[in-house]
Amino acid sequence: MTDEEIRRDLRRKTRRSFLTGGVAAVAGWAGYQWFTSARADSALPWPQRRVLDFNGKLSHSYLSNSGLMPTYSASEVGYLKPNGSIGLDDSDEWSLHLQPGDGIPGIDLRLADIQALPRVEMITRFCCIEGWSVVAHWTGARFTDFTRKYLPPNGAVPPYVYMATPGEDYYVGLDRKSALHPQTLLAYEQNGRPLTAEHGAPLRLVIPVKYGIKSIKKIGVIRYTAQKPGDYWAEEGYDWFAGL
Amino acid sequence: MEIKLKHFRAIRWFNWINFPLLTLMIWSGLMIYWAYPVYGIGPIRFFPDWFYSALHLDQRLADGMALHFVLMWFFVLNGIAYVAYTLLSGEWRFLVPRTFKTFRDAWHIFLHDLHIRKELPPQEKYNAAQQIAYSAIVLMGVGSVITGFAIYKPAQLAWLAALCGGYTMARLLHFLLTIGYVIFFIIHVVQVTLAGWNNFRSIVSGYEVVNRRD
Repeated sequence: MTDEEIRRDLRRKTRRSFLTGGVAAVAGWAGYQWFTSARADSALPWPQRRVLDFNGKLSHSYLSNSGLMPTYSASEVGYLKPNGSIGLDDSDEWSLHLQPGDGIPGIDLRLADIQALPRVEMITRFCCIEGWSVVAHWTGARFTDFTRKYLPPNGAVPPYVYMATPGEDYYVGLDRKSALHPQTLLAYEQNGRPLTAEHGAPLRLVIPVKYGIKSIKKIGVIRYTAQKPGDYWAEEGYDWFAGL
Repeated sequence: MEIKLKHFRAIRWFNWINFPLLTLMIWSGLMIYWAYPVYGIGPIRFFPDWFYSALHLDQRLADGMALHFVLMWFFVLNGIAYVAYTLLSGEWRFLVPRTFKTFRDAWHIFLHDLHIRKELPPQEKYNAAQQIAYSAIVLMGVGSVITGFAIYKPAQLAWLAALCGGYTMARLLHFLLTIGYVIFFIIHVVQVTLAGWNNFRSIVSGYEVVNRRD
């Protein structure tokens, strides 16, 4: 081939490649636009919501409930910033309303009922979804012990657990495996003292296998349910599973 | 004059797919980092507030997390495909430094690029500095995935977090690796620009012009 023929051949190859690249770039850009502006499902474009739910299922199937959050010694306990205050009313009157199933009349429990369950102390890392974390010291009852004592009518906890503040301003949805994880506590003490109001007195959830957004303060309502429950922050665009 | 296939089609695609993916991973990563932006050197904060607001990266933690945890799969798959391809095609031989001489040569190339040294060591497809850089970037990718999963699942993958020096350390390493990508990107683009059109064309079309030695 002469140099001229080679040049022509190269120009053709180059043109074709840049054209392919251009088409791929436009397709990629269009895909990204669709991906970020598709119809919202709980404040998130639905394709992204699908993948987050898939990630959650993957974690749930292969990871959750097997691993324990590492535990620490008392000297490693740090200062826990009281981040959220949604649903923390000033009312001193409190009871825990347990609804053991969809459409089943519930019962009201007192703090003494929770304190009557085996007492567990736990020092674990509390991970906020914002990115910070701190070692915290909790005392309370295992949620799994709670469910054993306060069984649903058929004797088995349905796939989901819903918890809310007394006025249901703040609420979380939990999958059964995470709720029954041995480190999931209904906590009534922090650092050996009763919970302060800003940390959710008199009873809060501490679930180290989830981001802090799931560790709901001042639990007023617990419901076992077959339906995937709503979740305050999931409805704001966060991952529903939020597992660590 | 003669044209020669320099970069296989697969390598070109891996490169150009990785570019927007890594950009979006860093982009969404910044939205996540914004919620707890604690790193800095002395008075220099990573990053000042105007940085986030100028790029609209503030108040978007949920957006950032969703994007990050969706695109991570594509980033990982592209990376695995690239490494697998270089191994199977034998291309790794051109990419991986195989002797200590590579490091000395890379130093000489560095001095040459700074116009301190005149002559360049002989090279194959990639010079010694490229071999080190392109191998390091793969290792950095592995590091980002490891530290990333350590932050993502510190309870279920507690052993991985421990391997990274704990949850807090894993986050710092993940951040530092990202800074590493940005530095790599800047050097890469400068070098590509200096290398010129013939070189750039080869990562798009695959072909480069070599002057026949008659």
